[in-house]
Amino acid sequence: MAKFIRKGKDEGMPAISTASLPDIVFMILMFFMVSVSMRKTDRMVQVKLPEASETAKLERKELASYIYIGAPTKQYQNQFGTDTRIQLNDSYKTVNDIRDFVAAEREARSEVDRELMTISLNVDEGTLMGIVTDVKQELRRCSALKIMYAARPAGK
Amino acid sequence: MASKKTPEINGGSMADISFLMLIFFLMVSTMDSEQGLARRLPPMPDKNAKVEDIKVNRRNILEVKINSRDAVFAGSEYISDVSQLDQIVIDFLTNPTNNEKLSAKKEREIEGFGTYPVSEGVISLQNDRSTHYEIYLEVQNALVRAINTIRDDFAMQHFGKKYAALGEDQQKIVRTAIPQNISEAEPKDVSKKK
Repeated sequence: MAKFIRKGKDEGMPAISTASLPDIVFMILMFFMVSVSMRKTDRMVQVKLPEASETAKLERKELASYIYIGAPTKQYQNQFGTDTRIQLNDSYKTVNDIRDFVAAEREARSEVDRELMTISLNVDEGTLMGIVTDVKQELRRCSALKIMYAARPAGK
Repeated sequence: MASKKTPEINGGSMADISFLMLIFFLMVSTMDSEQGLARRLPPMPDKNAKVEDIKVNRRNILEVKINSRDAVFAGSEYISDVSQLDQIVIDFLTNPTNNEKLSAKKEREIEGFGTYPVSEGVISLQNDRSTHYEIYLEVQNALVRAINTIRDDFAMQHFGKKYAALGEDQQKIVRTAIPQNISEAEPKDVSKKK
Protein backbone atom coordinates (compact mmCIF):
# COMPACT_ATOMS: atom_id res chain seq x y z
CA MET A 1 0.00 0.00 0.00
CA ALA A 2 2.69 2.41 1.08
CA LYS A 3 4.46 1.87 -2.12
CA PHE A 4 1.45 2.97 -4.07
CA ILE A 5 0.99 6.11 -2.03
CA ARG A 6 4.58 7.19 -2.42
CA LYS A 7 4.38 6.63 -6.09
CA GLY A 8 1.40 8.93 -6.30
CA LYS A 9 3.23 11.59 -4.30
CA ASP A 10 6.23 11.47 -6.53
CA GLU A 11 4.26 12.16 -9.65
CA GLY A 12 2.30 14.93 -7.97
CA MET A 13 0.90 17.77 -10.06
CA PRO A 14 3.18 18.79 -12.85
CA ALA A 15 4.45 22.35 -12.34
CA ILE A 16 2.75 24.89 -14.56
CA SER A 17 5.29 26.24 -16.95
CA THR A 18 5.89 29.95 -16.43
CA ALA A 19 8.06 30.28 -19.47
CA SER A 20 5.34 32.17 -21.33
CA LEU A 21 4.69 34.60 -18.47
CA PRO A 22 7.14 37.21 -19.76
CA ASP A 23 5.44 37.10 -23.13
CA ILE A 24 2.05 37.64 -21.57
CA VAL A 25 3.26 40.55 -19.46
CA PHE A 26 4.99 42.07 -22.46
CA MET A 27 1.76 41.88 -24.35
CA ILE A 28 -0.07 43.75 -21.60
CA LEU A 29 2.77 46.25 -21.59
CA MET A 30 2.46 46.78 -25.32
CA PHE A 31 -1.28 47.27 -24.99
CA PHE A 32 -0.77 49.96 -22.38
CA MET A 33 1.92 51.72 -24.35
CA VAL A 34 -0.31 51.92 -27.39
CA SER A 35 -3.59 52.84 -25.74
CA VAL A 36 -2.37 55.39 -23.27
CA SER A 37 -1.14 58.91 -23.59
CA MET A 38 1.73 60.25 -21.59
CA ARG A 39 1.06 62.70 -18.84
CA LYS A 40 2.65 65.83 -20.18
CA THR A 41 2.18 68.37 -17.47
CA ASP A 42 1.73 68.23 -13.75
CA ARG A 43 -1.70 69.33 -12.73
CA MET A 44 -1.49 72.33 -10.49
CA VAL A 45 -5.21 72.94 -10.28
CA GLN A 46 -7.99 70.67 -9.18
CA VAL A 47 -10.29 69.93 -12.05
CA LYS A 48 -13.40 67.87 -11.62
CA LEU A 49 -15.00 67.90 -15.01
CA PRO A 50 -18.77 68.27 -15.24
CA GLU A 51 -20.84 65.48 -16.68
CA ALA A 52 -22.32 65.57 -20.16
CA SER A 53 -24.12 62.94 -22.19
CA GLU A 54 -23.57 64.27 -25.70
CA THR A 55 -19.81 64.28 -25.70
CA ALA A 56 -17.76 63.72 -28.80
CA LYS A 57 -14.26 62.37 -28.85
CA LEU A 58 -11.36 64.65 -29.49
CA GLU A 59 -10.35 63.59 -32.95
CA ARG A 60 -6.66 64.32 -33.07
CA LYS A 61 -4.98 64.60 -29.74
CA GLU A 62 -1.77 66.06 -31.11
CA LEU A 63 -3.70 69.11 -32.28
CA ALA A 64 -5.13 69.89 -28.89
CA SER A 65 -3.81 72.45 -26.44
CA TYR A 66 -5.01 72.44 -22.91
CA ILE A 67 -6.11 75.18 -20.58
CA TYR A 68 -6.89 74.18 -17.02
CA ILE A 69 -9.03 76.35 -14.80
CA GLY A 70 -9.75 75.60 -11.17
CA ALA A 71 -8.59 76.03 -7.61
CA PRO A 72 -4.92 75.24 -6.87
CA THR A 73 -4.21 71.75 -5.61
CA LYS A 74 -3.53 71.21 -1.90
CA GLN A 75 0.23 71.45 -2.14
CA TYR A 76 0.06 74.91 -3.69
CA GLN A 77 -2.73 76.30 -1.57
CA ASN A 78 -0.36 77.70 1.08
CA GLN A 79 1.35 79.73 -1.54
CA PHE A 80 -1.44 80.67 -3.89
CA GLY A 81 -4.64 80.43 -1.87
CA THR A 82 -7.79 78.78 -3.07
CA ASP A 83 -8.89 81.31 -5.64
CA THR A 84 -9.60 80.01 -9.12
CA ARG A 85 -6.49 80.01 -11.29
CA ILE A 86 -5.61 79.37 -14.89
CA GLN A 87 -2.90 76.86 -15.62
CA LEU A 88 -1.05 76.99 -18.92
CA ASN A 89 1.74 74.48 -19.43
CA ASP A 90 3.43 74.21 -16.06
CA SER A 91 2.57 77.36 -14.19
CA TYR A 92 -0.22 79.63 -13.09
CA LYS A 93 -0.96 82.33 -15.60
CA THR A 94 -3.40 85.14 -16.07
CA VAL A 95 -5.82 85.80 -18.88
CA ASN A 96 -3.28 88.14 -20.49
CA ASP A 97 -0.82 85.30 -20.97
CA ILE A 98 -3.20 83.33 -23.13
CA ARG A 99 -2.21 85.31 -26.20
CA ASP A 100 1.42 84.19 -25.91
CA PHE A 101 0.37 80.67 -25.09
CA VAL A 102 -1.82 80.40 -28.17
CA ALA A 103 0.91 81.91 -30.34
CA ALA A 104 3.46 79.43 -29.02
CA GLU A 105 1.12 76.48 -29.47
CA ARG A 106 0.40 77.57 -33.04
CA GLU A 107 4.07 77.86 -33.75
CA ALA A 108 4.61 74.29 -32.59
CA ARG A 109 2.15 72.89 -35.13
CA SER A 110 2.83 72.36 -38.77
CA GLU A 111 1.39 74.95 -41.10
CA VAL A 112 -1.33 72.67 -42.38
CA ASP A 113 -2.61 71.85 -38.93
CA ARG A 114 -2.75 75.35 -37.49
CA GLU A 115 -6.31 75.90 -38.59
CA LEU A 116 -7.38 72.67 -36.95
CA MET A 117 -5.85 73.40 -33.59
CA THR A 118 -8.35 72.86 -30.82
CA ILE A 119 -8.19 74.44 -27.42
CA SER A 120 -9.51 72.06 -24.82
CA LEU A 121 -10.95 73.87 -21.84
CA ASN A 122 -10.65 71.74 -18.73
CA VAL A 123 -12.69 73.69 -16.27
CA ASP A 124 -13.68 72.62 -12.80
CA GLU A 125 -17.42 72.33 -12.37
CA GLY A 126 -17.45 74.75 -9.44
CA THR A 127 -15.82 77.56 -11.39
CA LEU A 128 -17.76 80.75 -11.92
CA MET A 129 -18.41 81.66 -15.53
CA GLY A 130 -16.74 85.07 -15.26
CA ILE A 131 -13.23 83.71 -15.66
CA VAL A 132 -14.35 81.26 -18.33
CA THR A 133 -15.93 84.09 -20.29
CA ASP A 134 -12.74 86.12 -20.01
CA VAL A 135 -10.73 83.21 -21.36
CA LYS A 136 -13.20 82.72 -24.20
CA GLN A 137 -13.08 86.39 -25.13
CA GLU A 138 -9.29 86.29 -25.12
CA LEU A 139 -9.33 83.22 -27.34
CA ARG A 140 -11.61 85.01 -29.76
CA ARG A 141 -9.19 87.91 -29.82
CA CYS A 142 -6.37 85.52 -30.74
CA SER A 143 -8.73 83.91 -33.26
CA ALA A 144 -8.32 80.47 -31.73
CA LEU A 145 -11.94 79.69 -32.41
CA LYS A 146 -12.03 75.93 -32.23
CA ILE A 147 -12.61 75.04 -28.63
CA MET A 148 -13.87 72.09 -26.72
CA TYR A 149 -15.46 72.03 -23.33
CA ALA A 150 -13.96 68.93 -21.79
CA ALA A 151 -16.50 66.83 -19.97
CA ARG A 152 -16.93 63.50 -18.30
CA PRO A 153 -19.12 61.15 -20.33
CA ALA A 154 -22.25 60.50 -18.32
CA GLY A 155 -23.01 57.08 -16.95
CA LYS A 156 -19.43 55.98 -16.70
CA MET B 1 32.08 20.62 -27.06
CA ALA B 2 32.20 24.39 -27.24
CA SER B 3 28.48 24.82 -26.99
CA LYS B 4 28.43 23.06 -23.69
CA LYS B 5 30.60 25.73 -22.11
CA THR B 6 28.31 28.70 -22.70
CA PRO B 7 25.70 28.48 -19.95
CA GLU B 8 22.14 29.29 -20.83
CA ILE B 9 20.90 32.66 -19.59
CA ASN B 10 18.26 32.22 -17.01
CA GLY B 11 15.03 33.72 -18.28
CA GLY B 12 13.17 33.38 -15.04
CA SER B 13 13.52 37.01 -14.06
CA MET B 14 12.22 38.27 -17.38
CA ALA B 15 8.70 38.29 -15.99
CA ASP B 16 9.78 40.46 -13.07
CA ILE B 17 11.52 42.92 -15.32
CA SER B 18 8.56 43.27 -17.62
CA PHE B 19 6.23 43.66 -14.63
CA LEU B 20 8.40 46.52 -13.46
CA MET B 21 8.13 48.19 -16.85
CA LEU B 22 4.38 47.66 -16.88
CA ILE B 23 4.03 49.33 -13.49
CA PHE B 24 6.23 52.19 -14.61
CA PHE B 25 3.99 52.83 -17.60
CA LEU B 26 0.89 52.65 -15.48
CA MET B 27 2.30 55.34 -13.24
CA VAL B 28 3.39 57.84 -15.84
CA SER B 29 0.47 57.62 -18.21
CA THR B 30 -3.11 58.78 -18.19
CA MET B 31 -5.95 56.63 -19.32
CA ASP B 32 -8.66 59.26 -19.71
CA SER B 33 -9.89 59.47 -23.23
CA GLU B 34 -10.58 63.09 -23.89
CA GLN B 35 -14.17 63.87 -24.58
CA GLY B 36 -16.16 67.00 -24.60
CA LEU B 37 -18.50 69.33 -26.41
CA ALA B 38 -16.89 70.88 -29.44
CA ARG B 39 -17.81 74.45 -30.21
CA ARG B 40 -16.78 77.14 -32.60
CA LEU B 41 -16.48 80.60 -31.17
CA PRO B 42 -17.69 83.47 -33.31
CA PRO B 43 -14.83 85.59 -34.64
CA MET B 44 -14.16 88.88 -32.91
CA PRO B 45 -15.92 91.69 -34.72
CA ASP B 46 -13.54 93.94 -36.60
CA LYS B 47 -12.96 97.22 -34.80
CA ASN B 48 -13.06 99.25 -37.99
CA ALA B 49 -16.16 97.62 -39.33
CA LYS B 50 -19.40 99.33 -38.57
CA VAL B 51 -21.50 97.62 -36.03
CA GLU B 52 -24.21 96.18 -38.12
CA ASP B 53 -26.82 94.31 -36.26
CA ILE B 54 -28.03 91.51 -38.37
CA LYS B 55 -31.73 91.88 -38.14
CA VAL B 56 -33.05 88.60 -36.95
CA ASN B 57 -36.73 88.32 -36.50
CA ARG B 58 -37.70 88.20 -32.85
CA ARG B 59 -39.52 84.95 -33.31
CA ASN B 60 -36.37 83.26 -34.56
CA ILE B 61 -34.44 83.72 -31.36
CA LEU B 62 -34.82 81.52 -28.34
CA GLU B 63 -33.08 83.18 -25.46
CA VAL B 64 -31.74 80.82 -22.86
CA LYS B 65 -30.49 82.64 -19.81
CA ILE B 66 -28.74 81.44 -16.72
CA ASN B 67 -28.62 83.93 -13.90
CA SER B 68 -26.20 84.27 -11.03
CA ARG B 69 -28.22 81.88 -8.90
CA ASP B 70 -27.99 79.17 -11.55
CA ALA B 71 -31.66 79.49 -12.45
CA VAL B 72 -32.37 78.73 -16.10
CA PHE B 73 -34.84 80.68 -18.20
CA ALA B 74 -36.01 79.97 -21.72
CA GLY B 75 -37.55 83.10 -23.13
CA SER B 76 -39.24 84.43 -20.02
CA GLU B 77 -40.19 81.04 -18.70
CA TYR B 78 -38.46 79.67 -15.63
CA ILE B 79 -37.09 76.15 -16.08
CA SER B 80 -36.87 74.21 -12.85
CA ASP B 81 -35.24 71.17 -14.40
CA VAL B 82 -32.79 71.37 -17.28
CA SER B 83 -34.25 68.25 -18.88
CA GLN B 84 -37.39 70.26 -19.67
CA LEU B 85 -35.28 72.43 -21.92
CA ASP B 86 -34.99 69.64 -24.50
CA GLN B 87 -38.66 69.71 -25.37
CA ILE B 88 -38.79 73.49 -25.54
CA VAL B 89 -35.84 73.56 -27.94
CA ILE B 90 -37.30 70.75 -30.06
CA ASP B 91 -40.66 72.51 -30.28
CA PHE B 92 -38.96 75.80 -31.06
CA LEU B 93 -36.82 74.43 -33.88
CA THR B 94 -39.20 71.97 -35.51
CA ASN B 95 -42.35 74.04 -35.00
CA PRO B 96 -44.68 71.30 -36.23
CA THR B 97 -47.84 73.43 -36.01
CA ASN B 98 -46.31 76.47 -37.71
CA ASN B 99 -46.93 78.55 -34.65
CA GLU B 100 -46.45 82.28 -35.21
CA LYS B 101 -44.38 82.64 -32.07
CA LEU B 102 -41.89 79.87 -32.81
CA SER B 103 -39.09 79.84 -35.36
CA ALA B 104 -39.80 80.42 -39.03
CA LYS B 105 -38.84 77.96 -41.74
CA LYS B 106 -37.43 78.65 -45.13
CA GLU B 107 -37.46 76.27 -48.06
CA ARG B 108 -33.90 75.56 -48.97
CA GLU B 109 -32.31 73.48 -51.67
CA ILE B 110 -30.05 70.84 -50.20
CA GLU B 111 -27.59 69.23 -52.54
CA GLY B 112 -28.37 65.57 -53.10
CA PHE B 113 -31.63 65.69 -51.21
CA GLY B 114 -34.05 68.29 -52.54
CA THR B 115 -35.82 71.12 -50.84
CA TYR B 116 -36.50 71.05 -47.15
CA PRO B 117 -37.97 73.68 -44.84
CA VAL B 118 -34.92 74.59 -42.79
CA SER B 119 -35.59 76.24 -39.50
CA GLU B 120 -34.11 79.68 -39.09
CA GLY B 121 -34.14 79.51 -35.34
CA VAL B 122 -31.12 80.55 -33.33
CA ILE B 123 -30.59 79.67 -29.72
CA SER B 124 -28.91 82.43 -27.86
CA LEU B 125 -27.22 81.39 -24.66
CA GLN B 126 -26.55 84.05 -22.08
CA ASN B 127 -25.00 83.68 -18.71
CA ASP B 128 -23.97 85.74 -15.77
CA ARG B 129 -20.42 86.11 -14.56
CA SER B 130 -21.24 84.25 -11.39
CA THR B 131 -23.05 81.38 -13.03
CA HIS B 132 -21.45 78.08 -12.16
CA TYR B 133 -19.67 76.27 -14.95
CA GLU B 134 -21.41 73.01 -14.06
CA ILE B 135 -24.88 74.36 -14.83
CA TYR B 136 -23.59 76.16 -17.91
CA LEU B 137 -22.29 72.95 -19.38
CA GLU B 138 -25.45 71.13 -18.38
CA VAL B 139 -27.47 73.61 -20.43
CA GLN B 140 -25.02 73.39 -23.33
CA ASN B 141 -25.37 69.63 -23.17
CA ALA B 142 -29.17 69.85 -23.14
CA LEU B 143 -29.12 72.05 -26.25
CA VAL B 144 -26.89 69.61 -28.10
CA ARG B 145 -29.04 66.72 -26.93
CA ALA B 146 -32.18 68.39 -28.29
CA ILE B 147 -30.58 69.05 -31.66
CA ASN B 148 -29.24 65.51 -31.80
CA THR B 149 -32.75 64.22 -31.11
CA ILE B 150 -34.12 66.23 -34.03
CA ARG B 151 -31.31 65.02 -36.26
CA ASP B 152 -31.95 61.42 -35.27
CA ASP B 153 -35.64 61.83 -36.05
CA PHE B 154 -34.87 63.37 -39.41
CA ALA B 155 -32.36 60.65 -40.24
CA MET B 156 -34.79 57.92 -39.18
CA GLN B 157 -37.53 59.41 -41.32
CA HIS B 158 -35.55 59.88 -44.50
CA PHE B 159 -32.76 57.35 -44.34
CA GLY B 160 -34.10 54.77 -41.90
CA LYS B 161 -31.03 54.97 -39.71
CA LYS B 162 -29.82 57.00 -36.78
CA TYR B 163 -27.65 60.01 -37.51
CA ALA B 164 -24.49 58.40 -36.18
CA ALA B 165 -24.96 55.36 -38.43
CA LEU B 166 -25.18 57.39 -41.64
CA GLY B 167 -22.42 57.90 -44.14
CA GLU B 168 -20.45 61.10 -44.49
CA ASP B 169 -22.58 62.53 -47.31
CA GLN B 170 -25.87 61.79 -45.62
CA GLN B 171 -24.66 63.26 -42.36
CA LYS B 172 -23.84 66.41 -44.24
CA ILE B 173 -27.38 66.55 -45.59
CA VAL B 174 -28.78 66.14 -42.09
CA ARG B 175 -26.47 68.79 -40.76
CA THR B 176 -27.61 71.21 -43.44
CA ALA B 177 -31.26 70.45 -42.86
CA ILE B 178 -30.97 70.82 -39.10
CA PRO B 179 -28.20 73.28 -38.35
CA GLN B 180 -26.82 73.69 -34.88
CA ASN B 181 -27.21 77.39 -34.34
CA ILE B 182 -26.15 78.10 -30.81
CA SER B 183 -24.89 81.59 -30.35
CA GLU B 184 -22.89 82.49 -27.32
CA ALA B 185 -23.60 86.16 -27.25
CA GLU B 186 -21.27 88.81 -25.98
CA PRO B 187 -21.09 88.38 -22.26
CA LYS B 188 -23.28 90.58 -20.20
CA ASP B 189 -24.32 90.61 -16.64
CA VAL B 190 -27.85 89.38 -16.62
CA SER B 191 -28.31 90.22 -12.98
CA LYS B 192 -27.08 93.81 -13.13
CA LYS B 193 -29.50 94.70 -15.85
CA LYS B 194 -32.45 94.08 -13.62
